[in-house]
Amino acid sequence: MSENRVVVTGLGICAPNGTTVEAFTDAIKSGLSGIAHQPELERLGFSCQVAGKPTLDEERIDQYFSALEMRSMDSSGIVYGVIAGLDAWRDAGLLPAGADEPDWESGTFFGTGTSGINKFRWAINKIDELGIRKLGSSVVAQTMASGVSAFISGKLGLGNRVSTNSSACATGAESILLAYEHIKSGKAKRMLAGSTSDSGPYIWGGFDAMKVCTFKHNDTPHTASRPMSATASGFVPGSGAGALVLESLDSALSRKAKIYAEIIGGSLNSGGQRGEGTMTAPNPLAVQRCIIAALENAGIKAEDVEVINGHLTATSKDALEIENWKIALNRSKENFPYINSLKGMIGHCISASGSIECVASVLQLHEGFIFPNVNCNDLNPEIALLIDEQKIPRKTIKKNFDILAKASFGFGDVNACLILKKYHNE
Amino acid sequence: MNKNDILAGLKEIITPYTEEKTALEHITEDTDFITDLKINSANLVDIVLDIEEKFDIAIDNDSMAKMLNVKATLEIIAQKQAENAG
Repeated sequence: MSENRVVVTGLGICAPNGTTVEAFTDAIKSGLSGIAHQPELERLGFSCQVAGKPTLDEERIDQYFSALEMRSMDSSGIVYGVIAGLDAWRDAGLLPAGADEPDWESGTFFGTGTSGINKFRWAINKIDELGIRKLGSSVVAQTMASGVSAFISGKLGLGNRVSTNSSACATGAESILLAYEHIKSGKAKRMLAGSTSDSGPYIWGGFDAMKVCTFKHNDTPHTASRPMSATASGFVPGSGAGALVLESLDSALSRKAKIYAEIIGGSLNSGGQRGEGTMTAPNPLAVQRCIIAALENAGIKAEDVEVINGHLTATSKDALEIENWKIALNRSKENFPYINSLKGMIGHCISASGSIECVASVLQLHEGFIFPNVNCNDLNPEIALLIDEQKIPRKTIKKNFDILAKASFGFGDVNACLILKKYHNE
Repeated sequence: MNKNDILAGLKEIITPYTEEKTALEHITEDTDFITDLKINSANLVDIVLDIEEKFDIAIDNDSMAKMLNVKATLEIIAQKQAENAG
């Protein structure tokens, strides 16, 4: 059986530095920061009091949700996911299914780490106050992990596979690979792939307590997130959602859809928390194997990779990640590909990071630019020993290129790597 | 509170839960929440909570299970109000 080629035909974004594709594109080209001081985190005594959060007004949200839905909505992740998802669908030139029958050829993998954490907190408090009778009907739909894919599916009328995946910070990249494989094997014509992550102290608190977030930049939010910098001192938490419409090339061509890029392969694996891998640290061998397997799956050679969009969170692990890429791609210091991290602008959007960063990656390929690594003016000397500083752009580079590798790594020692290719009209 | 007042209050509560505006406009005792007003059955529990708040009554599970149409709902509201008054 012949396998389908898979292309990206729609993008949607709800990022801390832009909530439309147009605004987000401008933001990443100009290095615009989406990190802001969060008074609530300060009030609660967080070590890290800055974070990345999408800016949405009521008028915008009302375009996607009914008044009844909004009356009980307390799940920021579902709001972000629905906005990004529906925008991607519209960007692809697709309409929701009619009232009577779903679109059997379209589905979604829309991931998240947890759902509706504020709603959960409200429900738990209500129950403990002996108010179980007052919960109403909206708790389950907003707190089930699959709430985001369920809301999206209902609004679009998706009749193919509808599911929510979860693999910590690899969630977003994983959702895209799952959708890619589903279409490639002929099980659907179109899949909405993406991921989301709630905002607020209850989602970010656990990371703050682990001391993995920076506490040195509470007064200067824009310089707080510093991937690959010598003064990187932990990640800045973020939130939001990214969404991509993946479609078989045949389907895209037959309806003359705009094609942003092609997904040519990828890989998912785990370090099994063996060797140097733990719950929170990656097993370097697994990372390298994941990248190599992605190249093999895509049918390209290591030297074909021109640009890397890294995971690069602004912790002490950044240098290790660079070393892993260098080994996996078998590169010398001089011929290392260009590499960048979006986290300098928006922080680490946890389960949404992979999908938001994939949207940025697709935009780079499609429009021919490499966005800047903000706050990396003082390059980590360990990284400077490994690769040529020129390959870490501090200013936007205008450049057409063909192959981009994107990786995301998550707690639990899980890895995802995707290979994206520029689409040339054939 | 007479039946018409209760019905008017009920209509106000139901408004956000139904897209069937014509059926809502012509609401009578015979109107069924699900077949006529096409209300999502999961929302019936929310309507009961709104009724409890508006009419300052408590509705037990057995009564709640009967509140599928306007007639039964009006009766239960009137009955609970009478119990409160008594």
